[in-house]
Amino acid sequence: MSRTLFDKIWDAHVVDRLEDGTCVLYIDRHLVHEVTSPQAFEGLRLAGRKVRRVDETIAVVDHNIPTDADRLNGINEPESKLQIETLEANVAAFGVPYFPVSDARQGIVHVIGPEQGISLPGFTIVCGDSHTSTHGALGALAFGIGTSEVEHVLATQTLLQKPAKNMLVRVDGVLPPGCTGKDIVLAIIGKIGTAGGTGHVIEFGGEAIRALDMAGRLTVCNMSIEAGARAGLIAPDETTFEYIKGRPYAPKGEDFEKAVAYWKTLPSDAGAHYDKIVVLDAAGIVPQVTWGTSPEAVIPITGTVPDPAGEPDEARRAQMQQMLRYMDLQAGQKIAGTKVDVVFIGSCTNSRIEDMRAAAAVAKGRHVAPGVRVLVVPGSGLVKAQAEAEGLAKIFTDAGFEWREAGCSMCLGMNPDKLTPGQRCASTSNRNFEGRQGPGGRTHLLSPAMAAAAAVTGVLTDVRELV
Amino acid sequence: MEKFTHLTAPAAPLNLANVDTDKIIPARFLKTIKRSGLGKSLFADMRYNADGSENSAFVLNQPKYRQAQILVAGDNFGCGSSREHAPWALLDFGIRCVIAPSFADIFHGNCFKNGILPIVLPADVCEQLMDDAAQGANARLTIDLEKQVVVRPDGEEIHFEVDAFRKHCLLNGLDDIGLTLEHAAAIDAYEAKTPSWKPAINGV
Ligand code: SF4
Repeated sequence: MSRTLFDKIWDAHVVDRLEDGTCVLYIDRHLVHEVTSPQAFEGLRLAGRKVRRVDETIAVVDHNIPTDADRLNGINEPESKLQIETLEANVAAFGVPYFPVSDARQGIVHVIGPEQGISLPGFTIVCGDSHTSTHGALGALAFGIGTSEVEHVLATQTLLQKPAKNMLVRVDGVLPPGCTGKDIVLAIIGKIGTAGGTGHVIEFGGEAIRALDMAGRLTVCNMSIEAGARAGLIAPDETTFEYIKGRPYAPKGEDFEKAVAYWKTLPSDAGAHYDKIVVLDAAGIVPQVTWGTSPEAVIPITGTVPDPAGEPDEARRAQMQQMLRYMDLQAGQKIAGTKVDVVFIGSCTNSRIEDMRAAAAVAKGRHVAPGVRVLVVPGSGLVKAQAEAEGLAKIFTDAGFEWREAGCSMCLGMNPDKLTPGQRCASTSNRNFEGRQGPGGRTHLLSPAMAAAAAVTGVLTDVRELV
Repeated sequence: MEKFTHLTAPAAPLNLANVDTDKIIPARFLKTIKRSGLGKSLFADMRYNADGSENSAFVLNQPKYRQAQILVAGDNFGCGSSREHAPWALLDFGIRCVIAPSFADIFHGNCFKNGILPIVLPADVCEQLMDDAAQGANARLTIDLEKQVVVRPDGEEIHFEVDAFRKHCLLNGLDDIGLTLEHAAAIDAYEAKTPSWKPAINGV
């Protein structure tokens, strides 16, 4: 029988099947961070259990840590400090491999997994964080779990799961210049909505997806969750294998050849069944920007803010009105030209070296617009080091951008990098909910190049006018 | 999860109805990174005076009940929020069994998940047990889950009902993780077939 990529990975990980169809699913990689793990470790301790496979588990701090250079001297916020200290005590007690803040490999959990070769094709990968879907870009089944499941995986290296449905999102054609993986995924969410993938695992395919580098693919899969899907994945190919080769925790030599031979069997069979198929034409994509407080409230930078009056559904109309109020925008206004206060380039969506290069290409020889604060936050210590070696950091600092330490930073209001009420931010992150970047903050999601364009002009700008 | 098979211990009488989860563990103690350590805050608002000193009138502060592992309580025990902190606090204090005429649903389920046996008995029987409990450490109750009986200090056995599946889980100490571990042989077999190329994360 023809099977999809998802079917194949699922089948390869079924340890046992219960009467009602629930499967005991084996987990190959478990990524752990400071926010969702304390009670899980506590549960193990109370039950006298150990971590079953420390060699399939990796821990890192990312959500809570400040991103200023001074952070090695200690963390001020008591609850954050406690969570980080708790993680450190837990990894020491249970023998879990860990990248502390002092380690160059420290970074956002969804950046370091692929970067270190820890996340590999065909693997099942989980983490107590919804954006675990990111790792699906390697051709893995990767999804977020809750704290009780974190404990379950620590103890058993398995989860009790029922299979999801298959959905194919095919992006045909060639992406125009100035557009990126971020614009593709925002356009997809704009088309199918934030519930479009509910109950499904989305496989992204088609010419435009195949043409993306790994960074672009990671960005696309990262936001599968914003499309409502349980996970997103992309069939592994030569781009994937090239990316993995030589990474610290990837298989080496003959093992690598064996692995590649297996990975090549993973792509969906011709004629495999999808429960849902959506097709997009990449050629029609224009740089995207969100105008509201849901990722599906997205328009091309050339567009105008939609008018709730044209929305027939009453509940949706009310939601649109609320979004306009919160965002302080007028129906019908051009989105380009909207003044911004802050620009955030970072997060597990867009903080890889390719994202840094794209932003630097726009920033080069330009300067931050008056009154605008720009934070550039690399996804890992290694991205930071590479960007410095390539001269990108110098471009940013010359342009008046802040060049910071790795972490989640202003993606969520959990550490000192926050918007203040009413501030408007052009952000490369993935969520634009009310207050996500700080209470009262207003978020416009866009690509790194578009963010850099907003930084140097002080307004939401079509990056194609600058290159 | 710790097994529950057989328990002989002093029982503390808490002759109150509608003891809600906020009484069991007040909300201000929930900002925690732990499940353990909540025992000292169990019933905090009844157990401590405003200045933080112990309220000597409260049952668990009396010397004969400090080692209580059984609680005999009034109607609708554990009502209120679904917080799992309530059973965590009871367990951390040392309570393994609560006997009452009725329990709030979610709390009832949360008890089983955390190794605590909630026993429902008719109000008049609970009153007798409350009297037994009032005799303190000299009048221990025995709970035999296998036989589904509470044994009074005079030897009288009182039968109670319990869901067969939950009984199985408690007797064997099986939480969700415990249930999955019943498939341990299958997990071992799966791991034995791990492809040779699969790297381990070590040497960090
Ligand atoms: S960068 Fe943002 S979305 Fe990603 S893991 Fe951190 S907080 Fe979550």
